[in-house]
Amino acid sequence: MNFSYSKTEELFLQMIRSFAENEVKPLAVEIDEQERFPIETVEKMAKLGLMGIPVPKQYGGAGGTVQMYIMAVEELSRACATTGVVLSAHTSLCVAPILEHGTEEQKMKYLPKLASGEWIGAFGLTEPNAGTDAAMQQTTAVDAGDKWILNGTKIFITNASNADVFIVMAMTDKSKGTKGISAFIVERGFKGFSIGKKELKLGIRGSATCELIFENCEVPKENLLGQLGKGFSIAMKTLDGGRIGIASQALGIAQGAMDETVKYTKERKQFGKSIASFQNTQFQMADLKTKVEAARLLVRSAAWKKDNGVPYSVDAAMAKLFAAETAMEVTTKAVQFHGGYGYTREYPVERMMRDAKITEIYEGTSEVQRMVIAGNLFK
Amino acid sequence: MDIKDYKNVFVFAEQRNGVIQPVAFELLGKARDLADALGEKVVALLLGYNVKEEAQRLIEMGADEVIVADCPELKDYITEQYSQAVYQIITEQKPTIVLYGATTIGRDLAPRIAARLNTGLTADCTQLEIADTEEGDKQFRMTRPAFGGNLMATIICPNNRPQMSTVRPGVMQKRQREEGRQGVVTMFAPKFDTARFKVKIINTEMKNTSKNDISEAKILVSGGRGVKNAEGFEKLQALADTLGGMVSSSRAMVDAGVVDHSMQVGQTGKTVRPDLYVACGISGAIQHLAGMEESGYIIAINKDKYAPIFSAADLGIVGDLHKIVPMLNERIKKEIEK
Amino acid sequence: MNIVVCIKQVPDTTEIKIDPVKNTLIRDGVPSIMNPDDKGGLELALRMKDSYGANVTVITMGPPQAELILREAMAMGADRAILLTDRKFAGADTLATSYALAGAMKTMDYDLIIAGRQAIDGDTAQVGPEMAEHLDIPQVSYVINAERLENGNLLVKKESEESIQTLEVEGKCVLTVLASAFNARYMTVSGIVEAYDKEVEIWGADKIEVDETKLGLKGSPTKVFKSFPKSLKAPGEVHEVSEEEAVELIVNKLKEKHII
Repeated sequence: MNFSYSKTEELFLQMIRSFAENEVKPLAVEIDEQERFPIETVEKMAKLGLMGIPVPKQYGGAGGTVQMYIMAVEELSRACATTGVVLSAHTSLCVAPILEHGTEEQKMKYLPKLASGEWIGAFGLTEPNAGTDAAMQQTTAVDAGDKWILNGTKIFITNASNADVFIVMAMTDKSKGTKGISAFIVERGFKGFSIGKKELKLGIRGSATCELIFENCEVPKENLLGQLGKGFSIAMKTLDGGRIGIASQALGIAQGAMDETVKYTKERKQFGKSIASFQNTQFQMADLKTKVEAARLLVRSAAWKKDNGVPYSVDAAMAKLFAAETAMEVTTKAVQFHGGYGYTREYPVERMMRDAKITEIYEGTSEVQRMVIAGNLFK
Repeated sequence: MDIKDYKNVFVFAEQRNGVIQPVAFELLGKARDLADALGEKVVALLLGYNVKEEAQRLIEMGADEVIVADCPELKDYITEQYSQAVYQIITEQKPTIVLYGATTIGRDLAPRIAARLNTGLTADCTQLEIADTEEGDKQFRMTRPAFGGNLMATIICPNNRPQMSTVRPGVMQKRQREEGRQGVVTMFAPKFDTARFKVKIINTEMKNTSKNDISEAKILVSGGRGVKNAEGFEKLQALADTLGGMVSSSRAMVDAGVVDHSMQVGQTGKTVRPDLYVACGISGAIQHLAGMEESGYIIAINKDKYAPIFSAADLGIVGDLHKIVPMLNERIKKEIEK
Repeated sequence: MNIVVCIKQVPDTTEIKIDPVKNTLIRDGVPSIMNPDDKGGLELALRMKDSYGANVTVITMGPPQAELILREAMAMGADRAILLTDRKFAGADTLATSYALAGAMKTMDYDLIIAGRQAIDGDTAQVGPEMAEHLDIPQVSYVINAERLENGNLLVKKESEESIQTLEVEGKCVLTVLASAFNARYMTVSGIVEAYDKEVEIWGADKIEVDETKLGLKGSPTKVFKSFPKSLKAPGEVHEVSEEEAVELIVNKLKEKHII
């Protein structure tokens, strides 16, 4: 077992930290306040190859590892959780399923453009009546000979307003339940496909969360992803990977809030001494630091398993559950340590607290993670 | 090399467009102390074109002798031309110490000469002294900051001559000008090897000095809630103009719409590190302190003697900025005119 | 076009703190980084490579750990990396350092040498010009831009206190570069993935053209007599005095600090 970063990972960490600090952090307040997609950051990430970290070179990627990818999500989220989720949704929810389930033609067609960042990816599973109970899909796909015709609505789709490629789940045979769900690769320009209203959210406000609307949307036959009827399984596997990404996002938010709190409590003086010198501060912070490190080990271990072809579904669930709840706890306490200032927008901790909440909800709520973990425990 | 053959303290008297730079006079002041401690002479090197009339000024500022190389090749500073001339003078005159200003010219020329002479050079010295060693010798000690100013190092150059250093402008004290002071002016005609002139000046553009980035300013006069309004800021601006600095602000005055956000120092504004920061009517919330506490010298003027700004200040004045700032401005103007 | 860029690994001096009790430097945990001006120099070289096509070699003199910045340079786009490391180089001042670097340059085929203006741990700005002198080629320091002219000469802009000067340089030369003029690129992800697959050449004193008596401590004319931490900032003084007295206090301090 190896708990240290490889030399390559060390070099990568140096780059992504300085990128996050210099390019991402300065925009964090603005994109939150304006609820604006950080398109300029995505363009910069694209130039550096960050949009295709774990994609093999033959598909135009950087040939890196899942470990490097999740390090990127963590470091970006430490500065700005919106930017972290843009990369996470793109990589885990669109690039990964094409890489893992796509045909050679699909990979050659989509991966180079996604990995280079020319195209941004998204994923459509959730519907108004199919949230945690994802099997209740109402979007349909009908075989019309040379194409599929999709009808229905997806909601809460991350990256939607700026994405070019969407992995979309639809019922191809209602009689078969989850085995009647199939996955499709849908391009932005397909006839009958449009982006609906944008959600106004508590946190990660720069991430464009929208509806996808399919009105007799025409999808070419060759854009079926994986086998017919395997959509639910593809979606679940995709979410397993996605959870490592969201766990990293939560970890990054928690780390960012720790950094801010350490700095603030050292500077802030009350009763003639820094509040960092009070034992209450020290003990609470020690506990939080321990939890953040524990979350980091869970996240890294899940990523290591994915990199090495070891089953990681339960690991991903545990990592996400623990990292998300840690992020919520750390950010809430960070605001408390900052006192009145923490509640104002002068300090970033209130934003981090708002951003942290979503990590307990999307890509499977904490309750879903517990179901996954317990389901495996008592099987 | 017999180091006993090397005598006298030389100063490279930098001129630009025929104007001797202030650092040259500061170096002469220090060179005077060093030469007196050694019982030797101060010699200024003046290179340029049509500059020889300036030699007397160097004598009045402390030089015993001025060696002037006055020719068209030396009109503007170019590394090789100047290196050849200075090298020839040094090899002929054998000084024990040579001082240069740590300017873009001095820091370009001095290392070139050091390598040509195979001798030591110490950069950006803040202290120069002649010390008596246990062996009874007089040793030249050069002290300079290292590690980003975190560490001071005292450097010696025991076996090579001349011993050379560069000194930043503003570090040494110039002497009072002694009008009519007598000294020797010697003309020197360098023999140029023009085959080595590989660099030519195409043009020189003077910089636009009206920079408006407060983080670049060497001096900031900064105002907070106590300044009250735009009229208050005019008083600060007048002082900043006199000092050659800029005006900055705390968050309070930005939020009040009195000044622009680009002028804000602090957590949500800019981090500044000027040589001098004059905080006027700023209480000193930690968000403000975080943006300016690294400043070289901090003066705070505030009515409230309990204002936290005083704990960060080097010099705190409890008083009304609206009275003190204009008085200070007038007083400094007089001081500069002297 | 062959460009050689001199880079140095330095402690990030902005992270160095002083122990307030012992009054000593705290160096533990201070990260080592590529010197910022050198990184600016590498950026200039890579831009020239992008514009004209060039082979960019990075060279550093230092302990074996300095390999890290060579890997970083390759991940940014450098083609070749050389680590100049030998106990014989130890204790070198700027003259002996520049002499060793010049000795390495003499064994190489180069058209242009780029270095940073100065390193943040020493701030001397001497190694570049001294190396140029050892190689008997011209230098331009404080460089903020450089481009190649059709006649093969370089058009170089340098920044001084009050002006920006444009110079034309004939033949080989050394440029020393300001970090502030070159917003250095980040390493790319694929560059990072490949950085450890490439070779870093290790050169000792025997690989370069030097007189070994001029290397390291014994080749260094300057010696450190003593070093000591800068004294801590004294607590400030607060005065409650008349306005006239206040003005005098301030003016005296400003004079003492050479501000006026």
